[in-house]
Amino acid sequence: MSKEKAVKKKKLRAVSDNIDVKNQFKGWLYLSPALILLIIFSFYPLLNTFRMAFLNGYNGLAIVGGEKFTIGIENFKTVINYVDFKLCLKNTLLLCVITVPISTTLALLIAVALNSIKPLQKFLQTVFFLPYVTNSIAIGMVFNAMFTRVGLGDLIQTQGIINNIIGIFGIEPINFVNVGSSWGANMFVVCTYIIWNAIPFKILVLLGGLQNVNKQYYEAAKIDGTSKIRTFFRITIPLVSPMLAYVIITSFIGGFKEYSSIVGIFGDGMGPGGNGQMNTLVGYVYNMLPKSNSGNASAASLILFGIILIVTAINGYVSKKKVHY
Amino acid sequence: MAEFNNAVKEVNVESVKASQRTSKIIRYTITYLFLGIMAIIVIFPFYWMIISSFKTMDEYRANVPTLWPQNFVFENFVTAFSKANLMDLFAHTMFVGVVSTVLSLIVTVFSAFAFARLQFKGRNLMFGLLMATMMVPGELYTITNYLTVSGRLPFVSEPVEAFDITNTFAVLIFPMLVSVFYIYLLRQTFMQIPNELYLAAKVDGTSDFKYLWKVMLPLSVSTIITITILKMMGAWNAYIWPRLVANDAAHQLITNGLRGASFTDEFGETNYPAQMAAVTIVSIPLFLVFVFLRKYIMRGVSRSGIKG
Repeated sequence: MSKEKAVKKKKLRAVSDNIDVKNQFKGWLYLSPALILLIIFSFYPLLNTFRMAFLNGYNGLAIVGGEKFTIGIENFKTVINYVDFKLCLKNTLLLCVITVPISTTLALLIAVALNSIKPLQKFLQTVFFLPYVTNSIAIGMVFNAMFTRVGLGDLIQTQGIINNIIGIFGIEPINFVNVGSSWGANMFVVCTYIIWNAIPFKILVLLGGLQNVNKQYYEAAKIDGTSKIRTFFRITIPLVSPMLAYVIITSFIGGFKEYSSIVGIFGDGMGPGGNGQMNTLVGYVYNMLPKSNSGNASAASLILFGIILIVTAINGYVSKKKVHY
Repeated sequence: MAEFNNAVKEVNVESVKASQRTSKIIRYTITYLFLGIMAIIVIFPFYWMIISSFKTMDEYRANVPTLWPQNFVFENFVTAFSKANLMDLFAHTMFVGVVSTVLSLIVTVFSAFAFARLQFKGRNLMFGLLMATMMVPGELYTITNYLTVSGRLPFVSEPVEAFDITNTFAVLIFPMLVSVFYIYLLRQTFMQIPNELYLAAKVDGTSDFKYLWKVMLPLSVSTIITITILKMMGAWNAYIWPRLVANDAAHQLITNGLRGASFTDEFGETNYPAQMAAVTIVSIPLFLVFVFLRKYIMRGVSRSGIKG
């Protein structure tokens, strides 16, 4: 019996040794379809972006006659001094600073509320997850329709449903998205849409965290007569802080890459009447591309990458100090 | 004296209990009220989209908005189909979605198998390299990829016609085929299948490919479904890349067609009900996926935070 086992073991080892040698080749063979595509469409572009960014005035092609582009930081200078770029940077930063705290707070409150109820919990959870599975361009168009007034000047027929609703509270109709609307009004619409769109994912993650919190902590707090608000700040928040940190980092990164929700609302003119006043960093990069400004586009995308890296690093640093694992 | 104390205690206990009950009721009322209001805000855009798609233009323009269509008109959907060319867009999107999902699954399964089961030098290094690319924003790739597919190669002074594959279906499928996230997801699933099973199959002389096909794939069906849904949704929602490289009528995908479609009539007025009908049509498949396959989507998104 034991002899048989030993033989079997030996056989197994022989097989697995044999596999090891064979697998050297096989491993790369199985990996090759993915690798070939990744080399062409990911690794090479990554290196090429750096190359293009540091070739002054590069347009994606070599110069006729074999001359070479000079190496330098001209592209970065051009991009930074460009008026449009400053507007894009300002819009993107503001979008992040406004939407991330509001959507995170709202999502946390909703998650805590959902966690504290029993009847209707599953139903409400489904409702709050709905905006996640949507087409951001399509629903952006719905937001546009809700904020748009129909008609012009004295011939305005309807102010749009949102103006009708705020009219109930005695607020004068605002030109939110039509031609001639202000930057602030546009910003309000875009932020509303982004917050609406961002909440489901956050609720999903935070509720998952809350449901894993050990109930004993809450019972102990109850016995000590700790107030609900104190319990929230001293127990709930520290215990879901890893999820909070995760949600904040991902939504900052998402915020810096904001583009399609604004296209949904305003079209690719990125502003009322296509005036571009809501353009973002990513929008700036994409506007550069068809104009053969590869050098500038690369520089702008590297700046975006740099900002994302810095924000991630800051978040990581703060998390290390504040997050309670 | 003792009796009196007891009585006081009882009164206290009673009143404390009563006040606890009232505060509990108040708390629940506030909680449900808050959740109810938030739920209405979340639902409202969908509601407005759907009811607007059934209104006549006159009713939509009414000074006092109606929260329910006075009479339902289905004409808007007909207009939407013709104005936005929805049938063609559907066909293009389904073709690109199905082909890229199938190819992507093949590539993903092979790589995940290599990373999860095969032993070879440089495996961990490669895996680390792939994971690192997840950090890089896609915009960095897009710039060069745009040049590559339009035939503008480095060290060449003229665009190369032969390499220009813009306005083809291939350009919508291949650059986005490999997703490192899907490889990671499937590798994690494969890793949970015990290694003994693999060695046993080897002893029996089963080939790697047969083992992958007969044992590993059937055990990983749920992850395969998750990847399929995410990839299909990706094609459905793709906007930026298709707009750059294949925005002609013969290859346009649904999201681009929807955003680019003109719902303006001869008087320069936007036909909002028809536009909302088109948006509703585009949203319905997503709703259906959501209703029937929610658990697979949630499994994917809670690990990634990416959309599509």
